[in-house]
Amino acid sequence: MNYIKLIVLGLITLLAMIAANYARDVAYMVHALIIMVVSGGLFLWVLRNTDEPVPAASLQSTYNDGVIRYGVIATAFWGVVGFLAGTFIAFQLAFPGLNFEWAQGYANFGRLRPLHTSAVIFAFGGNALLATSFYIVQRTSAARLWGGNLAWFVFWGYQLFIVLAATGYLLGGTQSKEYAEPEWYIDLWLTIVWVAYLAVFLGTIIKRKEPHIYVANWFFLAFIVTVAMLHVVNNLTIPVSIFGSKSVIVWAGVQDAMTQWWYGHNAVGFFLTAGFLGMMYYFIPKQAERPVFSYKLSIIHFWALIFLYIWAGPHHLHYTALPDWASTLGMVFSVILWMPSWGGMINGLMTLSGAWDKLRTDPVIRMMVISLGFYGMSTFEGPMMSIRAVNSLSHYTDWTIGHVHSGALGWNGMITFGALYFLVPKLWNKERLYSLSLVSWHFWLATIGIVLYAASMWVTGIMEGLMWREVDANGFLVWSFADTVSAKFPMYVVRGLGGIMFLLGAIIMCYNLWMTATRGPVKETEATAAAVAAE
Amino acid sequence: METYTFLREFADSWMLLVLFLFFVGVFLWVIRPGSNKTHADTADIPFRYEDKPAPANKEART
Repeated sequence: MNYIKLIVLGLITLLAMIAANYARDVAYMVHALIIMVVSGGLFLWVLRNTDEPVPAASLQSTYNDGVIRYGVIATAFWGVVGFLAGTFIAFQLAFPGLNFEWAQGYANFGRLRPLHTSAVIFAFGGNALLATSFYIVQRTSAARLWGGNLAWFVFWGYQLFIVLAATGYLLGGTQSKEYAEPEWYIDLWLTIVWVAYLAVFLGTIIKRKEPHIYVANWFFLAFIVTVAMLHVVNNLTIPVSIFGSKSVIVWAGVQDAMTQWWYGHNAVGFFLTAGFLGMMYYFIPKQAERPVFSYKLSIIHFWALIFLYIWAGPHHLHYTALPDWASTLGMVFSVILWMPSWGGMINGLMTLSGAWDKLRTDPVIRMMVISLGFYGMSTFEGPMMSIRAVNSLSHYTDWTIGHVHSGALGWNGMITFGALYFLVPKLWNKERLYSLSLVSWHFWLATIGIVLYAASMWVTGIMEGLMWREVDANGFLVWSFADTVSAKFPMYVVRGLGGIMFLLGAIIMCYNLWMTATRGPVKETEATAAAVAAE
Repeated sequence: METYTFLREFADSWMLLVLFLFFVGVFLWVIRPGSNKTHADTADIPFRYEDKPAPANKEART
């Protein structure tokens, strides 16, 4: 087995060298060099371990938690990176001087913005989904992860994807599709990693010891399968050259736009909603120590959500070349979608019925509950904004950005923080978190930060929407675009401050989690209790 | 018939009907008599195997 690995890794290293030599652009050359170094390093590592005796211990009686620990660390790390990038570009918008002359073409807003979106969605959110799905599927299937070291391949392969994507953006390697910027060879790599992810997840479900598949796993499975489908279809591109990063999509014009937003909206629906609902359906019952309010409602929630979400994409293309019937369809399904979303929110919140007092004593569950609150708020705001008349005011304004962030920071961020606070003591075998008051600090900083962010974006969004459409008695536009830009300045500063608070909260979390893992009191297990008794 | 026209007609009629019936079927399946016990048992899954997997010699619970 190791000999095959050595041959494959050696060939990849050689091919990466050749590709770096013939590279047509900088991004491609740097990526070829990264791949060369990674596969070369792996080659040496495998070589040094070849013919070493393999420990024959049977691991089937334990869970595979090593990869989850790495996933938790990666989530926290990429979270801080992504929040930092976001806060920086928020201030770049307020103070254009931060687009430094010496970094022009590398660190200006246009290059850093996809870095921020991908870092928070795919690096922070993606690692959170990897870690929690591996944790949950093992516990709810009562079985160890299927596929042995395949889970490690998924984890490290995904990190390689993140590094390739991020460096590509800075060097200009982008296909300019929202949330799908990475170029063709990175897309191909992600496809391989994703299929391995599906295999690990599905394999674990198949060998489960429970007769039923817990609802969280249904959501995770929908997330993995749908993202695979979306990713492949939206990236059907033909490379211009095998030695260059540029590629061309196989369809053009409105078909391309529709495919892009079918992808884009379902990236929200299945990556940021279905996957995170999987977390919600496990961690809220666990933290509240009572089963989910209504299991029937959770099944209906699942099927209604996946049946409706997939049609909602066209609401991103109101008043474009897209036919009216398509954008009406998208709008109608977006409005209907409000129902299952709130059904799910109510299901999560009511899980606490009879345990509401925990909200006062447990800041972790407070975090999970406020994430549901933000979920409910943005799933009401979203359908409203998808209505054509509202959209004519809100589209292309900062209102959209505010909506995205109340969902992403509030719902995805907060439920992930809650999950991390739940996971770290369990994974590092600690009695409890290092400090609950630091969790409270994180909670309030993050909450006030989001409120500042969302409120300032509502004000500036509606303001600029109204300014753009205002005409005088003769039918001339009253304001030029630059007028709206200067009118938005104070709100942009408030938004940046909100970002700083959110970032500060995340740094406090990292400190707290680090201290929990290194200094926290060790949990008294049966083994340690026996050892103490034996003395 | 042209592929687009055929697919469009199919999507607007039979496929729509199939998806709608499946959707309604889910609701009926969920509220079927006798499902309460199963659902209560399934909702309890997160509280069973927290620390280690089910023993290998043990058959799947039914």
